[in-house]
Amino acid sequence: MLDDARRQNRLPTAPGVGYKPQHYAEILAQPGPVGWLEIHAENYMGDGGRPLAQLRHLSERFPISVHGVGLSIGGEASLDAEHLARLKHLVGWLNPASFSEHLAWSTHDSQFLNDLLPLPYTDATLARICDHIDQVQETVGRQMLLENPSSYLAFSESTWSEPDFLREAARRTGCGLLLDVNNVFVSATNLNYSPQAYIDAYPLDQVGEIHLGGHDEDQDDHGQPLLIDSHGRAVVDPVWALLDYVLDRSGPKPVLIEWDNDVPDWPTLRAEAERAQSALDRIPA
Amino acid sequence: MSVSQSEFRAALLDPAAPVPEGLLDDQARPAGRRFSVYRNNVAVSLTEAMHQAFPVITKLLGPQNMDGLAGIYLRQHPPTSPLMMFYGENFPEFLAGTEQLAHLGYLPDVARLELALRRAYHAADSHPIAPDALAAMPPEDLMQARLGFAPAMQLIRSDWPIHAIWRFNTDDGAPKPEPVAQDVLITRPEFDPSPHLLPPGGFDWITAMQAGQTIGRAFEATTARTPAFDLGATLALLLQGSAITSVTIERPET
Repeated sequence: MLDDARRQNRLPTAPGVGYKPQHYAEILAQPGPVGWLEIHAENYMGDGGRPLAQLRHLSERFPISVHGVGLSIGGEASLDAEHLARLKHLVGWLNPASFSEHLAWSTHDSQFLNDLLPLPYTDATLARICDHIDQVQETVGRQMLLENPSSYLAFSESTWSEPDFLREAARRTGCGLLLDVNNVFVSATNLNYSPQAYIDAYPLDQVGEIHLGGHDEDQDDHGQPLLIDSHGRAVVDPVWALLDYVLDRSGPKPVLIEWDNDVPDWPTLRAEAERAQSALDRIPA
Repeated sequence: MSVSQSEFRAALLDPAAPVPEGLLDDQARPAGRRFSVYRNNVAVSLTEAMHQAFPVITKLLGPQNMDGLAGIYLRQHPPTSPLMMFYGENFPEFLAGTEQLAHLGYLPDVARLELALRRAYHAADSHPIAPDALAAMPPEDLMQARLGFAPAMQLIRSDWPIHAIWRFNTDDGAPKPEPVAQDVLITRPEFDPSPHLLPPGGFDWITAMQAGQTIGRAFEATTARTPAFDLGATLALLLQGSAITSVTIERPET
């Protein structure tokens, strides 16, 4: 467990965006309501060059959230010690406002599969990811936020609901939670449950950050809707409505727009941040 | 029914394999196509990474052929680290071992050039010596000097005109490649690496300097093999590219 002094999430309750290098100059010149930036940790683990120079400069102007996509917290084997050391180094010199990772696995037998793969929600999985989260928080020296995944299928062996599983992981390890509202919408559609009921069961008091992103629409073998978390387009209206539902219950939170594929021009991305600002503005202070 | 990550991974990388039992849809029917979302995410993201990493190879082969090769490559050489910036390290050897590409013998070396450009892009920053630091030295000191080089500097030796091929595919005005062997020096003056054609002997001389030889010794060894070696032109490329980071002189003992 982490003591209170290390629960140091310092993101402002403002809109943030996932940082893309092509927006570098415009973010600095015309940030609009954007109050913080999120980076994928793995893109800043080189030894030098432009990525690190840009990040150093941006961090003087904006609070930064370090979002890992490659640690494989849910992996059956031990965490990759080398990767953990790289993460510690990055968080050490950058001193970001927040640090987060995923409830997923991506590495097995030293093969990195470059996707966030799903986990069965069992006692064994819970014990394992709690050990891994303890190890991460101990090594990196600060609290981690754990993000809920997008689900396309279910495991017959699961015995926990996802909100209960996340609540218990946070209780055991002292980690915070990153609530991806688009992921809730995608999973609820794909697995046919109510996204509002998910939010009602979810420990909103543990949330340090909210994610929003776009998804694609497909169909499964039986013609049922199958939504895919693509981060390749604008956030859809039902997801904005679900954000309102969350914020009404949680109060103001840092809200991130993720747009990682088919990255739009800066005014388009900033317009999404403006919409997030409007959602934050409508909550009574 | 539990599904191990070994089973999951095996089915992920083999589209012909059955979807593991124990993976279900919302009505407890087999997951079927839902599993393909993960298969697709892995294949598409790694294929996309190869296109970004090897733009010239992609142009030479055509995007569709590159898709096909990337699909075979990712199954033979899945990433071994979450640092996707270095994915594709084995691609030159993979290309060299692909029989259908044997008639395009230059491909592996062009891939090595593209890998080296990426390594240079992400290499540690360094401070170059002043551009006139060598010119200001007495010639006898200069011959005794040893040089340190920027981590971003890269050298590629090839039997093929890889510099000309790279330019022809990245620069609209570049001339058609002639069939000659070319050695390439990559330098990164600030953040953008660029490949330069080395004059004859340049590769040998820089390699000797990297091994810790003095300028004089390296020059003698190089001119023994390449009498026309142009030290001035080689030094100019290094200095213009901010590739020399230190000069140390060991005076002969008296």
